[in-house]
Amino acid sequence: MTNHWIDIKNSDCIIIMGSNAAENHPISFKYVAEAQQNGAKLISVDPRFTRTSAKADIYAPMRSGTDIAILGGMIKYIIDNNLYNKEYVAAYTNAPFIVGTDYKFDDGLFAGYNKQTRSYDKKKWAFEMDANGVPKMDRSLQHPRCVFQILKKHFSRYDTALVSKISGTPEADLIKIYETYSATGARGKAGTIMYAMGWTQHTVGTQNIRTMAIIQLLLGNMGVAGGGVNALRGESNVQGSTDHCLLWHIWPGYLATPSASNVSLAAYNKARTPVSKDPLSANWWQNYPKYSISLLKSFFGENATPRNDFGYDWLPKVDDGKHYSWLDLFDEMYKGSFQGFFAWGQNPACSGAHAGKNREAMKSLDWMVNVNIFDNETGSFWRGPGMDPARIKTEVFFLPAAVSVEKEGSITNSGRWSQWRYQGPKPLGNSRPDGQIIMELGNKIKAQYKDGGVFPEPIRNLKWDYLTKGEYDPHKVAKEINGYFLEDVTVRGTVYKKGTLVPSFAFLQADGSTSSGNWLYCNSYTEKGNMAARRGTKDASNNIGLYPEFSWCWPVNRRIIYNRASVDLKGQPWDKAQWVIKWDGSKWAGGDVPDGGWPPLGSYENPNPKSRHAFIMRKHGHGQIFGPGRADGPLPEHYEPMECPVEKNLMSGTYTNPTAAIYGTKADVYKTCDPRYPFVGTTYRLVEHWQTGVMTRHQPWLLEMQPQVFVEMSEELAELKGIKNGERVLATSARGKLECTAIVTKRLKPLKVSGQLGSVVHQVGFPWCYGWQKPESGKEESANLLTPSTGDPNTRIPETKAFMVNIQKI
Amino acid sequence: MSKSFFIDTTLCTACRGCQVACKQWHDLPAEETTNRGTYQNPADLSFDTYKLVRMSETVIGGQLRWLFFPEQCRHCIEAPCLETAGDPTAIYYDEPTGAVLYTSETRNLNAGEIKSSCPYNIPRNGPEGVLAKCDMCYDRVQAGMEPACVKTCPTGTMNFGNRQEMLDLAHKRLAVLKRTHPEAMLLDPDDIRVIFMVAYDHRLYHDFAVASNTNHGISRQVALKRMLRPLRHLASHLL
Repeated sequence: MTNHWIDIKNSDCIIIMGSNAAENHPISFKYVAEAQQNGAKLISVDPRFTRTSAKADIYAPMRSGTDIAILGGMIKYIIDNNLYNKEYVAAYTNAPFIVGTDYKFDDGLFAGYNKQTRSYDKKKWAFEMDANGVPKMDRSLQHPRCVFQILKKHFSRYDTALVSKISGTPEADLIKIYETYSATGARGKAGTIMYAMGWTQHTVGTQNIRTMAIIQLLLGNMGVAGGGVNALRGESNVQGSTDHCLLWHIWPGYLATPSASNVSLAAYNKARTPVSKDPLSANWWQNYPKYSISLLKSFFGENATPRNDFGYDWLPKVDDGKHYSWLDLFDEMYKGSFQGFFAWGQNPACSGAHAGKNREAMKSLDWMVNVNIFDNETGSFWRGPGMDPARIKTEVFFLPAAVSVEKEGSITNSGRWSQWRYQGPKPLGNSRPDGQIIMELGNKIKAQYKDGGVFPEPIRNLKWDYLTKGEYDPHKVAKEINGYFLEDVTVRGTVYKKGTLVPSFAFLQADGSTSSGNWLYCNSYTEKGNMAARRGTKDASNNIGLYPEFSWCWPVNRRIIYNRASVDLKGQPWDKAQWVIKWDGSKWAGGDVPDGGWPPLGSYENPNPKSRHAFIMRKHGHGQIFGPGRADGPLPEHYEPMECPVEKNLMSGTYTNPTAAIYGTKADVYKTCDPRYPFVGTTYRLVEHWQTGVMTRHQPWLLEMQPQVFVEMSEELAELKGIKNGERVLATSARGKLECTAIVTKRLKPLKVSGQLGSVVHQVGFPWCYGWQKPESGKEESANLLTPSTGDPNTRIPETKAFMVNIQKI
Repeated sequence: MSKSFFIDTTLCTACRGCQVACKQWHDLPAEETTNRGTYQNPADLSFDTYKLVRMSETVIGGQLRWLFFPEQCRHCIEAPCLETAGDPTAIYYDEPTGAVLYTSETRNLNAGEIKSSCPYNIPRNGPEGVLAKCDMCYDRVQAGMEPACVKTCPTGTMNFGNRQEMLDLAHKRLAVLKRTHPEAMLLDPDDIRVIFMVAYDHRLYHDFAVASNTNHGISRQVALKRMLRPLRHLASHLL
């Protein structure tokens, strides 16, 4: 979230799309309800009428996978009707930037597409620079090649009639949504988006979010209270784990994992550190080497020296152009590339797209270590349905882990709040905190490498001192994450003593004199104490629910990021009542921690040279309406899902995302417009179960409420297939089958869509929170047996929200 | 001062935290259920289920609505079940809260008679004839805490407090709701301690959303018992 949970209450209009917040983030509805009671409108757009839709002022159905068409229509509506915040757009976004003459968009393809590699040459999308190397701009937004004019032209095709034909959303509903949401472009109004996996789990997932980000920039909704682009994270600590490099392509703090071509630390830092020639651009990532070198010092301690590139050579590099995401890992496992696998706090036999392929892949392993609070379908895959244990070689080790309340440490919520938790009950039996398991594992591996081994340096040189009296010490880890001065360091005339904690990332150095396990968290555990453990309930002076003394939020306790865009060029808030920060003539006074302390710009004709552009994390300091860094284009474009019910893309001659991740094993089958799989399928969670249900299917009270896997379908489809409410049916896709209970409901409706197989499109939905181990009947299986292994080209997140299935009576 | 609930169904998301919190506080077992083609589960209140979020899908004015009704005992101010039982060792008022409480002595009552006396169709009996229902978490309330269902509710649907405060809150919220939903109403607010607010016709939520005529309230038999009670008391004293 750019904003945070409580801030939802400040909104004037909330659109929930790609999310079912009432069911999957139930506490969020405390703030949604509060906003509604204050007069906010709630819009729910979803293939299925959900418990979120039940609370909405406006609900509209849609065909799964057509979000960009719907939102693209909103962009057109905003521009056609002059509803954007012109001052904001001209000052804070890259709408005025001039795009180079190489840029083209033709029939669904952007310039630079290479059919063989299924990728783009992004150089074709570059901005035009002036003699000083600063992007050329036209703040009047009139230049034919300025971003604003390109945007306008690009989305001119997205008229509501066409969008309706693609999405199946009635035109009247579209217009009502556009009108209601666009009203937040007015000064002092704020609109927010709450999205989740309903947007990310598509072959156009990243661009779904980009489309909304463009809307938020046009309406001036970024940086303001009650605005922002708000990702509702799927697990309580998924924000924290992403911050601390859960994903293959990033190191802690969103530093890049080095590639093989980054042959030295200097080459790595040069390749990753953006350079801006604009004196008004803060270009915060120019500090990159301070963060990467402080991280290496944290990894290797005294063993990291300038002479050995701070141990850079000891860390693994990824091959240029190769992907190592979830889909790719299981693809490789399926091909037999791995000997061993740690399944730590996860259940890929049920959670991963194309679960059948994943289960098959596990058979190729020599060993698996399953770390979890319960055994699950992954650890027991060898005795699951269709498996012959006698023919499976995999040796599985189960390490029982302590549950969250049995251990001390922090979790970081969607709003970027790092919240310290104390230990409740002690772990049961021989179960241990994850930290303890990792520490012991590290010590055992270190012992193995004591007398040699292949490439022992990374293991031997690793700093591994987070035990206190033999026990994992979360405070030692939290302090390491914050970082230390490793020698006496003088910053702006003050001496910071060796061994003390670094006050914030502004003090980190690129010479090895500081450490920080994650620069974004530098300021979370300082000489003043553990900031995440704070529980102050006093609000800030602007009284908008920031609660700055409760826990701690990255970066530097800033609760609403990009907040310098919440004011006009003179530093005065767009919204006088619910202001975030404001300039009193000499300083930012009260409210949130400003996104950099520089004074306001004044005017862009005659800017204050001491000022810096508002979007400090962008190289050129502007919010990116035009985003030339993405794999699939600088602007969003509607493409059909990899499996879809329509023979052509009505928006262009390019049918599906031309850069989508696809896989080629015999298990990877995709069937589009195939009469054997005529219905659109989608998956989701339930408030009663958690993820694959490992934590909840063992809990009788929760199983009582949602005891069985089901398929939801419209009354019309049920009649067509002769299916009665509550009876067991069989769902099939090109990849697998699933027995489930039919819920026949008014909450799904057939949609009128152009160019489809029949006269209407039927959609069905499945919860994915079941697995064969529990309930004990063994009949309630994972809906991911149906889903495909294809995904977004930027994130490689699988497309489990739109695929094709059939439903039949058993 | 006696207590009341105010349940604003317009805020309910049917997360069913209340349903689980009730089972947890009272240590009630889960029932064996199947999916019957609906999210609502268990199907009905039972000896082991005191709180149940009822769900109904209905089209109102051309718009689909999914209505949620987190049902429980209404703790009637003049409770027909209590009157019918006429046995304070089995059913009695908890004086400080106003809760209508059942004890294990209910096994000696005529369960059918008690059940049919309830205008909201609440009490359920167990295998040995003991009757059970919501007890307002009176043990929590006496210890200064909210009932478990109220404590767990994230949206402000479930409210609990002194009766007058709850009535004030209910009337305040009703006035606001009426602006957009002219049919909105409070259900039997003067007779019971669990005051529901609904946005649409109460019959769309649940057959027993308001006091029902199909269950009798106070029957002739009860009225007779009530007349005879002073005599019975007198008789027991004399003996």
